[in-house]
Amino acid sequence: MESNGFSSPRNDSFPAGLRVLVVDDDPTWLKILEKMLKKCSYEVTTCGLARDALNLLRERKGGYDIVISDVYMPDMDGFKLLEQVGLEMDLPVIMMSVDGETSRVMKGVQHGACDYLLKPIRMKELRNIWQHVFRKKIHEVRDIENLEGVQNFQMTRNGSDQYEDGHVLCGEDLTSIKKRKDIESKHDEKDTGDYTSTKKARVVWSVDLHQKFVKAVNQIGFDTTSLSCFDGAMTSSVCLAEVGPKKILDMMNVPWLTRENVASHLQKYRLYLSRLQKENDSKNPAGGIRQSDSPLRDSAGSFGSRNSINLLPSDVSNGSYRFSGSSLVVHNEDLRSHDSDQKRLVSTPLAEPKRTLTVDVPNPCIPRSSQMEFGHPLAPPQSELDFGAFDSTFPTKYPWCGIPEIQPKKKHDPLHLNGGFSHPPLPGQKQHTRVHCPQPAPAISCALSLTERETGFPVKVKPSYNEYRSNANHVSSKDSAVDSIPFQTKTNMANHQPVEPISRSTSSTDNQGMNMNCITELESSRKNINLGMPLFTTLEEDLQVCWIPADCYTNPGLQNIEISELFDRGLIKDETVHLNDELRFDYEFYDPTEYSLIDQSMFIA
Amino acid sequence: MDRKQSQLQVACARRSLFDQGYLDDQFIQLEHLQDEANPNFVEEVVRLFYSDSVRMIQNIEQAMMINKPDIDFSKLDDCMHQFKGSSSSIGARKVIKECSKFREYCYAGNIEGCIKTFQLLKQEHATLKRKLETYFQLVKEAGLAEST
Repeated sequence: MESNGFSSPRNDSFPAGLRVLVVDDDPTWLKILEKMLKKCSYEVTTCGLARDALNLLRERKGGYDIVISDVYMPDMDGFKLLEQVGLEMDLPVIMMSVDGETSRVMKGVQHGACDYLLKPIRMKELRNIWQHVFRKKIHEVRDIENLEGVQNFQMTRNGSDQYEDGHVLCGEDLTSIKKRKDIESKHDEKDTGDYTSTKKARVVWSVDLHQKFVKAVNQIGFDTTSLSCFDGAMTSSVCLAEVGPKKILDMMNVPWLTRENVASHLQKYRLYLSRLQKENDSKNPAGGIRQSDSPLRDSAGSFGSRNSINLLPSDVSNGSYRFSGSSLVVHNEDLRSHDSDQKRLVSTPLAEPKRTLTVDVPNPCIPRSSQMEFGHPLAPPQSELDFGAFDSTFPTKYPWCGIPEIQPKKKHDPLHLNGGFSHPPLPGQKQHTRVHCPQPAPAISCALSLTERETGFPVKVKPSYNEYRSNANHVSSKDSAVDSIPFQTKTNMANHQPVEPISRSTSSTDNQGMNMNCITELESSRKNINLGMPLFTTLEEDLQVCWIPADCYTNPGLQNIEISELFDRGLIKDETVHLNDELRFDYEFYDPTEYSLIDQSMFIA
Repeated sequence: MDRKQSQLQVACARRSLFDQGYLDDQFIQLEHLQDEANPNFVEEVVRLFYSDSVRMIQNIEQAMMINKPDIDFSKLDDCMHQFKGSSSSIGARKVIKECSKFREYCYAGNIEGCIKTFQLLKQEHATLKRKLETYFQLVKEAGLAEST
């Protein structure tokens, strides 16, 4: 099996040694299942009561890979246990029962069961349960990358806000910057309306929304001092354990959001943080976007193929990033190939480069050219994301670069590091649009200065990218390209919460991730972007490092392109803006041309 | 009795349990699980089932003892559901059939049907127990014969 970040201790002979917890009040079945699982070479723990099972799971966090539980139990409803396990531990849960009625099975699935077995259970059914563990891992990776991508994206977006080019950044509001409070609220409503109407009620975690989320999480779990600590990842993950979805929901004060939405988002966020942290530890951010190097290239390539983004000259060809309209699927394949350093600028997943990412969206991956320019009114050949520029030269500090690495604590400030820079603090326009792109370009320098001065958030653009890349590597699926980005964004997000998810697209986190990714590329160290929020708040005005891909390009004054604007401009295709509770950006609505950048960050899905 | 004969007896007894519909495929699954680490696995499981089923039967009887108008059929159904699940663990085919019938009566709110079915169920339950005990005895004897 791959060892892509699986923390399981048995990587070498997977699935042997899979740690299974069996919960059933029937002692006869417990004995049989134990024997069956042992025959499959799994490590079995049995439990006769649901409460005991929960205790065991809590005591030994990370000590089990999968839970198998009977539906009927005397002390607790099996479905409830299923929910609890999903929320608290995020482990795959298999339900079993002698009753195979469709309604029951449906209920199981609704509550989150990854499978439903009918008794009597055959051993061959148990042999394959490892697939659920594996699948979940893969999705985690993707989610995190998405998250990162989102963040990065957002960063970029914000930056491009000011350019009114009608580039629609991710359909979400570009409230990357605090200033956009009103916009945010407006967006929220709009989001709600749009999102909910577009797809089946999936919650789309817009940049703005995600920032609110992060803010709430931070408020609950972190103390303010931690915000400035770059070691955000650590802090955040630690703190996250304390926060509960209900509290977060209350703090966020988003009327249409449900506790379940928050809970599932929180799960992902946790994963993102832990992943980020892991990456931080292991990776040494090679300097932000090093991109241009292979990683980007590849990713660029991937994007390239689809998007018009010109990611590094060579890369673009891959088109692994399929931004256009489709979720940015950054083809991880390409990414993977590159060194993991490249923070995956998740940006690559940016929507297809179709068009030169005109969007200044902090396309994380935006191939440099477009990306890096934050201030570019999108006009610039964004499409040319020249990812080539992603080299490490890219000043990770691009504030606008969607500081991918925004330290976790940051709430997702629309700051998206990139976004902040929508206004040109950066030289030229390079506002974040490039952020994502490792385009180190000039913008970067600006960004750097920005970030640096702000709070020293090291705008680490790179990390995210790298992360992304590594994630990309992990993600085996080819089309995880996009995913990887999001994933990255996710991680980035964790870091840089503040990075405002610009992408209006799907989940804000994704955007952020995206943006972040770009940034991460820039910044090799993760610490980056703590910039995220704290930084941005101050920078807001200047930096507008928005990740908002498209928005970035709006006129300088317009930091965050409100989603409504985006919609108005027809940039954002409504349908894409669907609520995606998986923090996925739906690129569909992005007009490929518009959002090359955005797409990148948006990826997802 | 020599080994071959003992083995033959075991085989016949086993065959008839299946042929007469007392056991289903699940029993074979249990036999497959039996190995050197658990040489008497099947017998252990069967014993466990029977000792646990006493408790379950009591639950059902209690749930049925209530005055007619107050009978909680859903609770009764739950109890039987549990019992059915347990019976399925050893492949007690006839017992399971009665369990299903019982649940249908529960669903229909027919307490008389439930009571009647439950009587049949207990009979099948007891019959199977006897047969399995005989069977395991034969297995043991065959094992002893083998070692001699």
